[in-house]
Amino acid sequence: MKLVYFAWIRERIGLAEEEVALPAGIVTVADLLHWLKGRGPGYEAALQAPEIVRVALDQEHCHHSDPIGQAHEIALFPPMTGG
Amino acid sequence: MIAVGVQAERIDIGAQAEALGRDGKAGAVVTFSGYCRDEDGRLEALELEHYPGMAEREIEAVCREAEARWPLMEVRAIHRFGKVLPGEEIVFVACAARHRGAAFEGAAFIMDFMKTRAPFWKREHLKDGTVGGWVAAKDTDDHAADRWHRL
Repeated sequence: MKLVYFAWIRERIGLAEEEVALPAGIVTVADLLHWLKGRGPGYEAALQAPEIVRVALDQEHCHHSDPIGQAHEIALFPPMTGG
Repeated sequence: MIAVGVQAERIDIGAQAEALGRDGKAGAVVTFSGYCRDEDGRLEALELEHYPGMAEREIEAVCREAEARWPLMEVRAIHRFGKVLPGEEIVFVACAARHRGAAFEGAAFIMDFMKTRAPFWKREHLKDGTVGGWVAAKDTDDHAADRWHRL
């Protein structure tokens, strides 16, 4: 599955996007964030306050409690500051 | 009718505003333009990052909700990305309706939800040549969007 990162999350992780194979047992968005946080210092820095991280499954906003399901593209980003 | 745009180019505010309400049906056109401030001379530019694809979809979804909520005849929403200089426009929203109430409220609703739902992020570039921080999201923006749930 494809993960895409934006703004300071992208900068801290050091990647704009990557393909990952999720280990078994990752069901919800919260599970994914917890797993990602353990992948290295950049991920740790990006996800030190996971509760503020916004997530979109296939370009639709979702809650951390939502199941990932069959999503192809999961985006992680900070709260929006457009407008 | 909804027209949505996400672009790096400047928005021709005059032409956009002129294009609405010319069919003789609308009695009111409300337009809003959001600009980049220089923050008392501190700012060289704002850089806007966006999520291509999702940005357009979210803006369109917000416009559709406004259309479902008020009798709007025409809705336009355009948001820029990339470098925006102080004095330049960042966003443009316009609503045409039979009467002014719907046009005013529709435009305010679209702005409030665009700010909290459309995936755009601002980063400051400072006059001293350094790249400043990412602009933090404001609670006041969330509160502005929340008030529509209570109406």
